[in-house]
Amino acid sequence: MTMLEIKGFGKSFTIHHLHKTIPAVSPIDLKVEAGEFVGIVGKSGSGKSTILKSIYRTYLPYTGEINYSSAHFGTIDLSKATERQMLYLRKNEIGYVSQFLNVMPRTSCRQLVQNALLEMGEPKESAKHQAEEALQHFEMDPALWDSYPKTFSGGEKLRLNIAMATVKKPKLLLLDEPTASLDHHSKIKVREMIEKLKRQGTTLVGIFHDIEFMEGLCDKVFDMKDGQLASSLEGVVNEG
Amino acid sequence: MREQPILEVRNLQKQFGEGCRHCLDPETRQLEKNFCSYCGTVYAVHDVSFDLYPGEVLGVVGESGSGKSTMLQGLYFDTDLASGEVYINEPMLAGQNVLTLSSQQKRYIRNYIYGMVYQNPLDGLKMKFSSIGNIAEKMIAAGSRHVGDIEARSKTLLEDVHIPLRRMKEEPRNFSGGMQQRVQIAKALSNNPPILFLDEVTTGLDLSVQASVLDLIKQIQRELHISMIVVSHDLAVIRMLADRSIVMLNGTIIEKGLTDQILEDPQHEYTQQLVYSLL
Repeated sequence: MTMLEIKGFGKSFTIHHLHKTIPAVSPIDLKVEAGEFVGIVGKSGSGKSTILKSIYRTYLPYTGEINYSSAHFGTIDLSKATERQMLYLRKNEIGYVSQFLNVMPRTSCRQLVQNALLEMGEPKESAKHQAEEALQHFEMDPALWDSYPKTFSGGEKLRLNIAMATVKKPKLLLLDEPTASLDHHSKIKVREMIEKLKRQGTTLVGIFHDIEFMEGLCDKVFDMKDGQLASSLEGVVNEG
Repeated sequence: MREQPILEVRNLQKQFGEGCRHCLDPETRQLEKNFCSYCGTVYAVHDVSFDLYPGEVLGVVGESGSGKSTMLQGLYFDTDLASGEVYINEPMLAGQNVLTLSSQQKRYIRNYIYGMVYQNPLDGLKMKFSSIGNIAEKMIAAGSRHVGDIEARSKTLLEDVHIPLRRMKEEPRNFSGGMQQRVQIAKALSNNPPILFLDEVTTGLDLSVQASVLDLIKQIQRELHISMIVVSHDLAVIRMLADRSIVMLNGTIIEKGLTDQILEDPQHEYTQQLVYSLL
């Protein structure tokens, strides 16, 4: 089953004070099957994040279609979905992990992960339990669980970010350079989490800087150059 | 799936002044911002329409003078609107434009359906009543008659907003601005309103109090599923609270969308300037 089918998607930004329109992504096509892990690599500024952010509606889609196979709505074109439909999907089906942590001030690490679940309607006890499990998996020091992430290190913030997104077991998870500031050990933890999610049937689209990280894990890898998707790279793709 | 909004707002208009032949026709009017330079009429709210859905927080951003507060005051019947329609999806009000109801019916809506937290606590609180008295007043207006119940609920609410109970009989005029704001929130919540309006609730509060007010609002949304309209000129506050937002300029809505989309991919020239100005 096709989980995500992007057809003729293009995006440009109009910067009013410069009276300019800056093209970011030329029309591209991309197909992601259910349960696949698709990687996108490319230089910074090549338009990788633009694709992910447009799927998630952080960027307003411009041209083309982004057809997503939703459990709730059936096949839905995310570029034309209503705001309320997008919010439903964000809450229940599509997760997004960015490089930055942007959360309510003075809310503890544990509470943040818990809230992600409570918003989905998970009962309190179960949310608490799952939150602790997630924090444990990412080896967050239990001493940090009840402290506020503002003063966490970059790696700790990122791990919290990933915990918040993955704890909801999304159908489709978008990863925007989730390993950018992590040490080798933490990267392995993220990799383990991705493997676990894949086993659970989660479909993933991820952007990574370090191509080695994806070795053996991605089903397809695309190279993004000047707003265009080049063909799948050989060699790093999962043979199984 | 067709989701039903709890509040439907259509084509709200509010003007200060009579208008003249240069500005009365919306098609041909030429205004300086929202001001007619011939007759001095101010078009404070112009053709504002939006929907509020159950359990959501809708952000309203815009510079001062953009019509945000006037719009809120119009919805809360504090000021009369020139025209427009507002529908509340409650069984007994279905299909009725609430702006056209009698003042008695409007009072009913204010007492039972709406809650309001004003930017200035002076507008929302009786400064010479005790704090608990302020809350009791609202509850009595909403039909509560049992003194024991009123006292118990007021205490719970004051604890929720972190006002020490030993100070509950004190007059709010003795309180700091942040405390007054929190008493106002407790008062607004006392009748369990399905719809809550918040006008610049964190403006002027220090960061620490701001964080607890933000947390309180989020908690209310999560646990009580109250629908809220949050007006603020502070984009960071809107980012924390609102899933969807509208941007107002000169009395009109110039942009609407998911809050993170407005912040990361603003479409309108003014919204872009606003986002570039963020610290």
